Amino acid sequence: MSDTYSSQELMVAVASREIRDHDLVFVGMRLPILAYAVARNNHAPNARGLFEVGLMRDRPAKSYLGTMGDPPNVVGALWATRMSNVMALMAQGLVDLGFIGGAEVDRFGNLNTSYVGDPSKPEVKLPGSGGGADIAILSRRWVTLMNHERRRLVDRVSFVTSPGYGDGTPGWRKKNGLLGAGPAAIVTTMCLFRFPEGGGEAYLDSIHPGHSLEEVRANTGWSVDAPEDVKETPAPTQAELEVIRKVQS
Amino acid sequence: MAQAIDRFVPDGATVALGTALEALIPFAAGHELIRQGRRDLELVGPISDALFDQLIGAGCVRRITAAWVGNVSEGLGHCYRRAAEDRVPHSIEVHDHTNFSISLALWAAAWNVPSLPTRTLLGSGILDTNPNLKVADGLVHINALRPDVALVHVQRADAMGRAHAWGPLGITEEAGLAAQLIVLTCEELVDESVTLSDPNRILFPETKVVAVVHEPGGAHPSPVQGYFKRDHAFFRDYAKESRTAEGFLAWLEQWVLGVPDRAAYLKQIDVEALRIKGSALSAPVNYADE
Repeated sequence: MSDTYSSQELMVAVASREIRDHDLVFVGMRLPILAYAVARNNHAPNARGLFEVGLMRDRPAKSYLGTMGDPPNVVGALWATRMSNVMALMAQGLVDLGFIGGAEVDRFGNLNTSYVGDPSKPEVKLPGSGGGADIAILSRRWVTLMNHERRRLVDRVSFVTSPGYGDGTPGWRKKNGLLGAGPAAIVTTMCLFRFPEGGGEAYLDSIHPGHSLEEVRANTGWSVDAPEDVKETPAPTQAELEVIRKVQS
Repeated sequence: MAQAIDRFVPDGATVALGTALEALIPFAAGHELIRQGRRDLELVGPISDALFDQLIGAGCVRRITAAWVGNVSEGLGHCYRRAAEDRVPHSIEVHDHTNFSISLALWAAAWNVPSLPTRTLLGSGILDTNPNLKVADGLVHINALRPDVALVHVQRADAMGRAHAWGPLGITEEAGLAAQLIVLTCEELVDESVTLSDPNRILFPETKVVAVVHEPGGAHPSPVQGYFKRDHAFFRDYAKESRTAEGFLAWLEQWVLGVPDRAAYLKQIDVEALRIKGSALSAPVNYADE
């Protein structure tokens, strides 16, 4: 693997490896769309994608999408319908994997996309949940992608829009009636965090090529435990990069 | 358009719009609300693109009841932020929802029940900020939300209010059924022989539709399947220009207050570059009965 690649391309490749063959995936926009395209073209040819606007697809759209509602996303769709029909599948626990973006994530995988500061007089009003909280609560597992900055990876989010493992106590999701198993991974520009079986605090699974444990620690708002020989994230393969660059063009 | 908005959307109304999310957004109808100086509106929507931001910046809005407000392809909504953070042009109330919960709130009103139970929102802080969400018996009960009017843009409609729309519909059906009244805007005004040839595709009961406005290009810069591509650059420029309150007011003057109607607005853009010229027709279906 001699080809160079951007940190975004690496994130997409890492995210795509979370998609298993035959998964029904709640896709979202931007990087997850690329991740879905990579998986579908490589290791998950039978995956299907759902879009909350009211669409199911197998193959990714043929041309550039600014939003999931753009006309190219409708051409070749397997189902064009109302949002509540797509949500019905998720409410039944039939969505295997979802992707959620966020402004802030904490060590228990909770996401904030609503307010920085007091909600009654916020320092920053973020756009809101969209379908994020629905995915976090109802999909079987989910993944979030984030630029690795200390202000984004915080010890505890100030507002929980999309719940991960709540306060981190064992069984928090089950006790509160959340349907899905919760976050599986946080993919950042520097590393991959995973969560223990049954939930809890994120642990460092691998560090991306070119980054160090010190760098991860310096840019993370909680104390990151790691074994001395923490593994390196496999770089994107030629096959992964080819799909990413083809879809983006 | 001016007549329909004047007659059916009073100050203080609860208005559902942008219900198909990123496509078919009734920008022309929204801009007419701004031109007529409507005040104290409650806007209802799912993921809501730049039109909500514009109505907030123009001072039309008292309350937002929505899952997401911003500029979908560009990020944050600058007018929304100024209103929520700095009370510019004035403060607004926010009732947060998710895409699923806003849909359920409208279905509850459509079915005339006080609330609908769901598992979504369990464990979310949104439960603490929206008074219309209650937890009981391990479920979240979403209060019914009845808009006074739904503003909906479609591909084609007839003069009796039978609308054909295609592509993903988001929460459009429940918004129309829940609303007291529906105002339609359409790319093409067609004869009823067209709409009635495919009654499965008719979006709403005609008995709820009070106005049909023939407004080609009325969804620009949002896309219309089979008619117009999305104008990505327009959203990008709006994000840039609305970054400051002064920039937004200049934008508003150029695209809304300084133009009398949609036809004048469209003269400022290259409509032909955005028009979809290809043809991908569905197979006809046979409705014969003998």
